This record gives sequence, structure tokens and C-alpha cells, in this order.
Amino acid sequence: MKLNDLLNQESEWLKETGPNSDIVISSRIRLARNLERLSFSHWADEKEQQEVLNQVESAINTSNYLKGSLILRMRDLSNIDKQFLVERHLISREHAAEPDHKGVVISDREIVSIMINEEDHLRFQVLQSGFNLQEAKSLIDRIESELEPHLNFAFSSNWGYLTACPTNVGTGMRASVMLHLPALVMTSQITKVLQAIAKLSLTTRGLFGEGTEARGNFFQISNQISLGRLEVELIDNIERVIRQVIEYEQNARNNLLTHNRELIEDRVWRAYGILKGVRIISSNETIDLLSSMRLGVDMGILKDIGRGIVNELFILTQPAHLQKIEGKALTADKRDVKRAELIRKRLNI
Amino acid sequence: MVCDSCGHKQATVHLTEIINDQAKELHLCEECAREKGALMGQQFGLADLLAGLVDIGAEPIVGREKGAKCPNCKMTYSDFKKYGRLGCGDCYTTFKDSLIPLLKKIHGSNQHVGKVPTKGPKTVKARTEIQEVHMRLQKAIEMEEFEEAARLRDEIKNLEKKLKGR
Repeated sequence: MKLNDLLNQESEWLKETGPNSDIVISSRIRLARNLERLSFSHWADEKEQQEVLNQVESAINTSNYLKGSLILRMRDLSNIDKQFLVERHLISREHAAEPDHKGVVISDREIVSIMINEEDHLRFQVLQSGFNLQEAKSLIDRIESELEPHLNFAFSSNWGYLTACPTNVGTGMRASVMLHLPALVMTSQITKVLQAIAKLSLTTRGLFGEGTEARGNFFQISNQISLGRLEVELIDNIERVIRQVIEYEQNARNNLLTHNRELIEDRVWRAYGILKGVRIISSNETIDLLSSMRLGVDMGILKDIGRGIVNELFILTQPAHLQKIEGKALTADKRDVKRAELIRKRLNI
Repeated sequence: MVCDSCGHKQATVHLTEIINDQAKELHLCEECAREKGALMGQQFGLADLLAGLVDIGAEPIVGREKGAKCPNCKMTYSDFKKYGRLGCGDCYTTFKDSLIPLLKKIHGSNQHVGKVPTKGPKTVKARTEIQEVHMRLQKAIEMEEFEEAARLRDEIKNLEKKLKGR
């Protein structure tokens, strides 16, 4: 598999095959692990970082699940390729920003990715479609147990798996669920919901994780605590909360349909209309309009459009994806034109 | 004000860059600022905030740890305070007096339960087992299965006795 092959494939987590796909986009579990005795990535010298890369890569070569995965060194990638991986949620922005001695491993259907020498020596993630933390958890456990015999993870009986930042120590696990909550936003209930979530040791982030805003009514909810609770407890806690949020969003959607049908239909059709005729459009406006279109598809207002097209557009209209499709670097202005072209082409079939 | 980079969007981010002692002001729209931010690798993450919390509740013992240096990776207490991140696994032991109150503040606990490496310590495995039975007990109570709950409560007592006897 090559990096460019990813462009022509739909990531598994976008296939909408998972449970509650009308509201839950994806479920993700990540584990942070470090190798014993070696300095954490930000504090390590070149020799230590190289040692980590070598050890992890050779452990990965023994894994059955990861056979045929793409193994990349960040330094070998162009800026567009790095951004491309960020846009596909396979690496963090931080990992792309400082590429030296960093690596990434991507499994064939993009379900698993492993960042090497990010904040921690290893950051594994499993990304599944829909509300499906259980499956993500069992897969990540399987991959860890394949690698474990070949790597000595830093572990203490008091504090569990040791991590560079004390906020990740213990289980080293972060479970997150990406939700699309347009009806809660439209009915101004979202602030109340997010405040309640914060009280339950959970945090909310935007589309691209830490430090990003909630664009297009997408919210990523994850556990804040990683120490002193079992992995199953942490997952159970987040699942209970998400089930509630799904119900709130469903109620808000039903209420809108009963009491404000014209308002919601107008919003959906207006978004569809703009996107079908657009000539210049920024990525932010695209995300907002696609969010409205998606709501229309999910609520049966746009009957002839599949969720697949909307999802595809979410991914393909991002800056690095556009540039990969065009095969060259484009200025922001040029991208806005190309983006509009791509959207029109896909929606006017 | 128009963005200095793309020249047509409204500038909402104002940066001052200092290059060779010369301050240069930069006005950017959100999109260009994000692109620039990603290039410079500047992000205000949790760790930055955390750096400010390191001393919480640690006042009485700061004196001792202030001079402490990790024997494995050579990180000092002031490095830790500066970066908000530790240098290696051994730092947890070196700076434990400051870390314990910090971990309690972040996680509400300073004792790991959960997954243990295959070759890991048996005591954690035993504690984890107790916690698992606790979870099952909670579920049994929620489902009003009181006979099962009573059985699980006894199981916990036995496991705790065994753990103490180690």
C-alpha cells in the first residue's frame, strides 16, 4: 500500500455502517505507551528517538494484524501529505508540525494508526464507524498484545502506564466519540448539554481534537480521567453519557420536525441549493453547509441523496485533499474555486 | 482590517513575531492563522496549562524537590515545571512528592487500576480484580439481583483479605 492509495479509498470509519450512524460519526480509542528507560519524545536526544523508531518498527513487523500496513517516516513526507494525514484523522497536528524522528503506521483500511515519537513513544488509535467503543477496545487490546512481547512498556504499580504528560498516566487510554448535534445547536440547548458533560469528568473538543473549535456542529466527547478507574469503567461512563446525548439530539430533531418543519426544511434545501451552484467557497463554509445537508439526509428531507456523498465531500474538500486531487500546491484562493468545482460535480450527477 | 496573508478575509488573529530583536506585527484571518500556527507548531495544549499547576499543594516539600534531578534522564524540577511534561518514566519517582497532589487534582486518584503488562506486578492485577467485582456488584444492585450482590460482596471481602496477606 502507498500513501496515494488512501486518496481513492473511503476510510472505514466514514462508511456509516456502525450503530447510531445518524448522530454518531465515529468512535475512537487511543492508548499512550512509552518504552522503559528511554526519555519521553520531547526530552529525548536524537539517538534515543532513533532507538524508539527502530524498536517500534521492528515490533510492528512481527504483528499479524498490521501486516501490509503503511509504515512512514514523517520526515519523508511533503507538507501536503502531512496535512492530508491530519485531515483523515490518522495523525495529530502536532505530529505533522515537527516531523523529525517521527513515524506513523497505518493499517490497510485506516482503522488502526500508530504514531511513533508523538508526545509519547507510541500512540495507538483505533477508529470505528458509528457508536462502537466496545469493538474499538477489543481491537486495540489485540494489537497491543501482539506488540507487547517485543517492547518493554514503562509501567509502575502505583501509577500504571507512565506518560509524558501526567494527564494521560494510568490506563493511558482516551475513548472519544464524534457526534453530529445540529438540532441541539439550533435549539440552543447545546451549552447546557456540554456543561453537564463537563461535570461528569468528560471533555468536549472540535473536529480535529485538542485546541480546535466545534465546526459544523461536530463535537468530540472523551474521558478526562485516565488514572484510578478501570478501562471498562471509563468506557461505561462515556457510553452512558453518549446514549443520553443521542436521545436529546433525537428529541430535538423530532421537535423541530413537529413544530418548525419549514425552518429546518429551509435550512437544508438552502444549503443544498448553495452547494449545487457555488463558484467560490471556503472550507469552513463548506463544513457548515454540509452539516445542514447531512441533517437533511438523516431526517429524510433530502431523500435522493445518500449519506455517502455528503461524507465523501467532508473529506475531499479539505485543503490538502484538494491539492492531492489536483496533484499540485494551490493557494487558498485557487482552492476555494477548485473546492466549489468539486462540490458541484459531485452534487449535479 | 484585512488579512496580511490572503489579503481578502477579515483579520481576527493578531500576532507579534520577534525576529532579530525586531518586532513585527502580523494580522491574519482565522484560516491563514491556523495554517501558520500549524507550521510553527504553536498550540496551546493542556500541557501548557498544566505547567502552571505543577506546584499545587506541593508547597511544603518544594524545597527538597527543587534541587532534585532525575538520575535516568537528568530532568530537573524546574524543567518539569517549565514544560509541564516529565522526562522519562523514572521522573515519576524522582518528583513523586509534587506529582501525588497533582495526580489527585487531575484524576481524583493516585493509584492505578486496570490493564497491567503481562509481565507486570501481581498486586495491581489483584487490585484490578477487586475493582472488576465492584463493578459487577454495582450492576447487580442496579438490576436488583440481591442474592448475586451478596455473593459478590463476599467475593470482594475474600479478595481484599488475600491482597492484604501478600
